[in-house]
Amino acid sequence: MIAYIIRRALYAIPILIGVNLLTFMLFFVVNSPEEVARLHLGDKYTTQEQVEAWKQEHGYDKPLLYNPEAAGLDSLTDTIFYTKSVRLFVFDFGNSDSGRNIGHDIRQRMWPSLAIAVPSLILGLLLNATLALMLAFFRASYLDVGGVVLCVILMSVSSLFYIIGGQYLVGKLLQLVPISGYDTGYEAVKFLILPVIISVIYGIGSGTRWYRTLFLEEISKDYVRTARAKGLSEQWVLFRHVLRNALIPILTGVVVILPLLFMGSLITESFFGIPGLGSYTIDAIQRQDFSIVRAMVFLGTVLYILGLLLTDISYTLADPRIRLR
Amino acid sequence: MNSIHFITNPTPVRFIRRCGPSRLWGSVAALVLLAGCGDSWNDPRGENLGSGSVLYASFSDRPQFMDPARSYTTTSYSFIQQIYEPPLAYHYLKRPYELMPLSAARMPEVLYLDEEGNELPPGVPAEEAAYTEYRVDIKPGILYQPHPALARREDGSYRYHDLAEADLESVNALADFTQTGSRELVAEDFVYQIKRLADPRRHCPIAGIIAEYVEGFAEFQAHIQNTEGVPMDLRGLSMSGVEPLSRYRYRVRLKGTYPQFIYWLAMPFFAPMPWEADVFHEQPGMAQRNLTLHWYAIGTGPYMLTENNPNLRMVLERNPNFRGQPYPDEGEPGDERQGFLDDRGRTMPFIDRAVFSLEKESIPRWSKFLQGYYDLSGIGSDSFDQAIEYGGGGEVGLTDAMEEKGIVLRTAVDLTVFYMGFNMLDPVVGGYGERSRLLRRAISIAVDYEENISIFTNGRGIPAQGPLPPQIFGVREGEAGINPYVYRWEDGKAVRRNIEEARELMRRAGYQNGIDQETGKPLVLYFEAVGAGPDAKASLNWLRKQFAKLDIQLVIRATDYNRFRAKMRKGTGQIFQWGWHADYPDPENFLFLLYGPNAQVDTNGPNSANYKNPEYDALFSQMKNIPNGERRQQIIDRMMEILRRDAPWSWGLHPVSYILSHQWVHNNKPTTMSYNTLKYRRIDTESRAAALQDWNRPTVWPLWAGLGVLVLLILPALIGFLRRERERGR
Repeated sequence: MIAYIIRRALYAIPILIGVNLLTFMLFFVVNSPEEVARLHLGDKYTTQEQVEAWKQEHGYDKPLLYNPEAAGLDSLTDTIFYTKSVRLFVFDFGNSDSGRNIGHDIRQRMWPSLAIAVPSLILGLLLNATLALMLAFFRASYLDVGGVVLCVILMSVSSLFYIIGGQYLVGKLLQLVPISGYDTGYEAVKFLILPVIISVIYGIGSGTRWYRTLFLEEISKDYVRTARAKGLSEQWVLFRHVLRNALIPILTGVVVILPLLFMGSLITESFFGIPGLGSYTIDAIQRQDFSIVRAMVFLGTVLYILGLLLTDISYTLADPRIRLR
Repeated sequence: MNSIHFITNPTPVRFIRRCGPSRLWGSVAALVLLAGCGDSWNDPRGENLGSGSVLYASFSDRPQFMDPARSYTTTSYSFIQQIYEPPLAYHYLKRPYELMPLSAARMPEVLYLDEEGNELPPGVPAEEAAYTEYRVDIKPGILYQPHPALARREDGSYRYHDLAEADLESVNALADFTQTGSRELVAEDFVYQIKRLADPRRHCPIAGIIAEYVEGFAEFQAHIQNTEGVPMDLRGLSMSGVEPLSRYRYRVRLKGTYPQFIYWLAMPFFAPMPWEADVFHEQPGMAQRNLTLHWYAIGTGPYMLTENNPNLRMVLERNPNFRGQPYPDEGEPGDERQGFLDDRGRTMPFIDRAVFSLEKESIPRWSKFLQGYYDLSGIGSDSFDQAIEYGGGGEVGLTDAMEEKGIVLRTAVDLTVFYMGFNMLDPVVGGYGERSRLLRRAISIAVDYEENISIFTNGRGIPAQGPLPPQIFGVREGEAGINPYVYRWEDGKAVRRNIEEARELMRRAGYQNGIDQETGKPLVLYFEAVGAGPDAKASLNWLRKQFAKLDIQLVIRATDYNRFRAKMRKGTGQIFQWGWHADYPDPENFLFLLYGPNAQVDTNGPNSANYKNPEYDALFSQMKNIPNGERRQQIIDRMMEILRRDAPWSWGLHPVSYILSHQWVHNNKPTTMSYNTLKYRRIDTESRAAALQDWNRPTVWPLWAGLGVLVLLILPALIGFLRRERERGR
């Protein structure tokens, strides 16, 4: 397994370089370093000397990808792309274009993101699995059909509708929780209730439908028929046999997204005023802060690759027949 | 359901910890019932922030810089102007805006000097001066806020000026430094800050323009630029035009004359900075922890920043070292009636703490204002109809729902102009011949800004008659103040000229019915638009229709702001919209937007239309150097006539701010020029507490109803499940 992990880690390097290159090109297709400098310095009285000084200080005074004036390898390394990218591979994110330390900011802002993402994931998982089991139990009944239709409806509604509707109904009309905001410590709990509930409800449609499919697939297998033939109750069959075996794809599906929980939710954090990494990324895009955008895309890629690796590993844990080589 | 009990924090959390989970359900029921008796569950304000007189407000854009050398945005100003005190400030109540001393003891003494530095003899006009010297006396006894940069040991040395990396291991915020200190404000601190403005490493956004006027500034800049290893502490370097004359007096010498410099002294750029702050923040390890002057302010003002988390909230608390200031005892007519003088003579500040929460989305911001959790609010377009209604005579008022809550509306015309400009370098719309002039004037008539204001800003604006907004010297009232090329005076008001008159101008310009008479081709013009999203689309469609009134085909060239600016710099755009907000309330700050030497293509200056008129430029040079008076008014009148005739801009509009506040907020006079307003405001905390109690009673019955529905849904499923189980058993 160790050889497999090392091999996957090595595969990750060209992927990370590619993603980084793509981010770099996309960003600088629409923004020249000159424009980035002017954006940060302001519109009114900025002189060319100030622009040049800013570019020099922030490392934007080099050619983008290729330096024709440099010799040999320097023609590739004495560029904005190389100097801005190479440190990422040791997770040194450097400073944002406005001068703040990005690593420090990430360490601070991942906690609010996790405060929403973790309970949403756990509650969503439990609720979706319960509802899916219920639909599987009553398969081919009116309850099942109605449940599936409801799931499709829930899936079809935009997440913005849930957020704005939830804020209006629960926060404004019923006045049960704050409409938006955040705080530290225990005070954070009252701000998390609504976004977590909305996240869970938003995920019910797709989650329940998927789990139902997994359960139904298991129910139709021979070992379930055998279990029933032995005279086991449906309850026993569902919880001891079906649930256990269907949990393998469910858990692997969860494992793949576990690392990404750090990255936060862009829309939820923005609407609820949660100072997490999702809103950090959105802010950076709006302010055209390339250093933060690049760092967050890199981090997201690393976490996604990590998630896929953990999924592979989790397969071996869930199913002893699987070996990683 | 388990999580619901937490929302009555803080008490229930402690209660739950004591009780343990076995008694939770009973507790939840009890809490739910008790909650109906008055506690607000939806209170978003932190429990530790509520004691004393506290103002709650929101901000939507995070402030980027707290360093007065770098900060130049409205959002940043609304914080740092409570903390930093430049020598001068604008009077809170008087309009037109009037300067008054703030940290200065009196208004600066202005000396006009010859080449040798001698004062000009009496009778010689000030314009002939080789130098102008501003001598500023500051008030003795002003103290800085408590700050670790000023903390000292018993032997007098600075406690935190020689920190090792190990000393910073447990430090993440300024509050983690246990000791603070203070010292008296001295003239050297003002001089030191001006040196900081010249330091290219600080990226002061107005350094370029300061260098044009302040003696020795450009040389100071060049010295730092060309010398390696200059420390961030600039005390060792001198600037020839700026120096302390005594402990409480300093001078700034300008090249020639520049009367507008007096306004600069009211900008945070010229607020004092203690050298200790630079030494403290530039130590190794500080930047890695984001402990920089960009992030933490140190001032002498009424407030100090005690929590700086622009991703969540900013908290300003009363500076315990603040000397106190009397509330103004005079204002403009009507201030007495509106209660703005009720606190005359009382010592400010009135508010102990101000909590500003980040609120990016307008819907939650508005809802929280209506719940009383924010004391102040603007009005978004989506909530405008809910808040504002117009009377039969067009007068602005609040809706009944707002009146019932006791909400107060204040309005003020911003010192801002949003204009549609013509690139004067363009061969079709530009140039100074009669043909292009008539075309521009025809377009100016056709683009109906009254309609634009009504549709796109809910009436919050006034059509511009020229570049100068109201309340700026040089603006004429009534018929004398209208743009006669676009408006006529009828029944005591300005009325836009008929579209037929515009068509006649088109005919005279050789574009009858939108056809170029020289080429026989339809007239196609190009508009440089920033963004073309759903919001912009309606506005662009409207603009297209305005041009279509003259049978002109308008092609929209949508682009992002960066590219738009690049086009403007290169002079490749044709027609565009842009805006300008005053740095100071002087006509020079608007009229220089059309001054030839400021043409954007030549100098990257603010003259984005690249308008050049020798007569206008000559008049501008005269106007900017003379004080307000009849002579200046006559020059401005002539300049306005030139501009209106040439029409390099279609004059656009001046926005009007609508500010709402709750009845418990006092002294909330809108101002668009100064931002140090927090110290003037007063909160009636008892009135607010009563209103919040009344407005925020949680409605619990839907919870029970929801629970009931859930049971009704689960019960049949449970019965079905059990029945099936029994059937299988049989």
